[in-house]
Amino acid sequence: MDHNGNYKNEFGWFADKPKVPKKLFNFKAVFIGVVIFVVLVTSPLWKNLGQIIPGPDPQLNTAAIMKLPEKDRTCVESKEYMRANHMLLLGEWRDEVVRDANRDYVNSKGKKYLASLSNNCMECHSNKSQFCDQCHNYVAVVPNCWGCHWEKEKEKKQVAQSEAK
Amino acid sequence: MDFFKRHFLVPLIAVLGLVALAYIGVKADLTFVFGVVIPYLAVLIFFEGLIFRIISWARSPVPFKIPSTCAQGKSLPWIKRSLADKLDNPENRLQVFGRMALEILTFRSLFRNTRSELQPNQEKPEDSRLIHWSYKWLWLGAIAFHYAFLIVILRHIRFFTQPVPHFVTALAEADGFVQFYIPTVYLTGVLLVVAVTYLLARRLYTPTLRYISLAADYFPLLLIMAIGLSGILMRYFYKVDIAAVKQLAVGLATLRPVVPDGIGVIFYIHLFLVCVLFAYFPFSKLMHAPGVFFSPSRNTAGDNRWKLHVNPWNYPVKFHDYMHQEDDYREAMIEAGLPVEKEK
Ligand code: HEC
Ligand code: HEC
Ligand code: HEC
Ligand code: HEM
Repeated sequence: MDHNGNYKNEFGWFADKPKVPKKLFNFKAVFIGVVIFVVLVTSPLWKNLGQIIPGPDPQLNTAAIMKLPEKDRTCVESKEYMRANHMLLLGEWRDEVVRDANRDYVNSKGKKYLASLSNNCMECHSNKSQFCDQCHNYVAVVPNCWGCHWEKEKEKKQVAQSEAK
Repeated sequence: MDFFKRHFLVPLIAVLGLVALAYIGVKADLTFVFGVVIPYLAVLIFFEGLIFRIISWARSPVPFKIPSTCAQGKSLPWIKRSLADKLDNPENRLQVFGRMALEILTFRSLFRNTRSELQPNQEKPEDSRLIHWSYKWLWLGAIAFHYAFLIVILRHIRFFTQPVPHFVTALAEADGFVQFYIPTVYLTGVLLVVAVTYLLARRLYTPTLRYISLAADYFPLLLIMAIGLSGILMRYFYKVDIAAVKQLAVGLATLRPVVPDGIGVIFYIHLFLVCVLFAYFPFSKLMHAPGVFFSPSRNTAGDNRWKLHVNPWNYPVKFHDYMHQEDDYREAMIEAGLPVEKEK
């Protein structure tokens, strides 16, 4: 028998196929939600869009470094190593000094250095605000060493930007 | 291979394979591909897929109003409703907003998670009893995981912005308040890995959960674990030149990509895994994040008693009422002696 219709589903015969409207329900709420999400996620990036942001420019022209002969004008380790690992090196020095009373550091080339933040790193790199702080401000780290460790620029009462709170 | 092994080992091998892929790619000097092309692709896929899925959800009609009603609904004026009742069985938009906020910010329905177990019956030793009890560990693991993830991502903003917004530095300072180790240990980074380890161990340890866990459950957990571990390795043990990383990241963010030399492989592994996570997001269970906003049992008010909800599927039904029925069978009915409304 023709059941007055042509469509059947698990409930039986129906006259027409169910028509689900092809539309966005709650369009306003969904749209606002998506916009809020996209704006929130991208907002920190708008200001610099398309601009070239200069990288850090640590200055190596301190008197102590200039005094070094040209071919010895190196850091305690290679420049690449220092860039990535200087904090680990400092930690290693600290542990050696404080725990084992060992103030000597022998670098990978066999050269001996005094393992000291203030009396070695900061002797050569006496321009903290032009050197250490250049990078640290760029990546927004604030090493908390200077509350205890001395550095020359403190005398001139120059407080680094990163520490001026 | 049995069911469990297949569903666990395949994602494990997949994640290890992704790590190997990034490693080989960078060793083969494809830093531009892994540092610029893939991140942009991943971000595109993420947003495109996200919006596509959201639109397809928004097009699905909600046939019935199904607010979960675990509390006293609005009723006769002398039936009192506490704030908890209003938040559980909201009567208007504002109260729905409250329920959604609690759900999203505190995972409230997960907090009510219970666990059921058959335990020996003391009175009848040959029997066992079904015991349900409140089980908060899953909630704790989940909330620790999600907030740690959020804070880790917020802290990462320092790589993409210059100058770094104040709230990011403040967050980093609070996160590193233990001042342990150089570089300072961020608690949330560790918490992230601990929590994701718990969430994974839970699936592996409980037999019932292991039974229902699929590759699609293990893969995101393993992927996020690998991301966290590679990040931690990179920060504390195998350092890379972070200043150069920031130049790359800022380059991406300002749409002026640069690939500085000499960034360690581990960074590219970390970044590649993150890209995979972002590209995978719209196709996976991770879509529960936008999905919670579309849950009818959470986002509809319990106002069924005074507001009509029309099923959007409703279509005109051709009625076949009693008189038509009688028309069809009149003769047979008369023959059988059944009463009819109309004789002819
Ligand atoms: C003997 C003097 C000297 C001492 C001591 C010294 N440095 Fe250096 N440092 C240099 C020189 C010279 C360079 C530049 C090396 C180059 O160009 O190859 C340099 C480079 C660096 C760099 C890389 C800078 C850049 O432009 O990428 C860092 C970081 C650094 N030093 C940190 C330190 C730290 C931390 C210490 C203490 C552990 C330290 N230095 C001790 C002389 C020194
Ligand atoms: C080439 C750029 C650069 C220079 C120059 C530089 N640093 Fe760093 N420094 C970094 C970066 C990048 C980090 C770590 C960022 C990260 O891991 O989040 C860092 C981190 C540190 C940390 C660990 C901070 C923490 O997380 O607790 C210490 C300590 C540190 N630097 C000391 C110094 C000292 C002292 C100098 C100057 C002698 C110096 N650095 C010069 C780039 C530099
Ligand atoms: C609470 C104060 C304090 C803080 C903060 C501190 N130190 Fe020290 N540090 C000391 C003391 C005290 C010694 C032992 C000095 C000695 O025996 O010569 C020392 C020794 C060291 C040494 C070896 C000795 C020397 O002359 O430098 C290093 C390297 C060192 N610290 C690095 C760091 C770094 C890097 C930081 C920052 C992340 C830091 N310290 C923060 C107190 C501090
Ligand atoms: C889903 C997104 C990400 C997660 C979950 C994540 C997770 C982590 C974690 C847990 C750490 C350990 C240190 C910490 O606690 O902060 C870390 C470090 C790091 N991540 Fe990510 N990361 C993500 C995305 C990215 C992206 C997109 C970049 C690209 C710039 C990136 C670059 C780094 C770098 C350079 C470090 C080392 C930080 C340092 O030395 O201070 N991460 N990441």
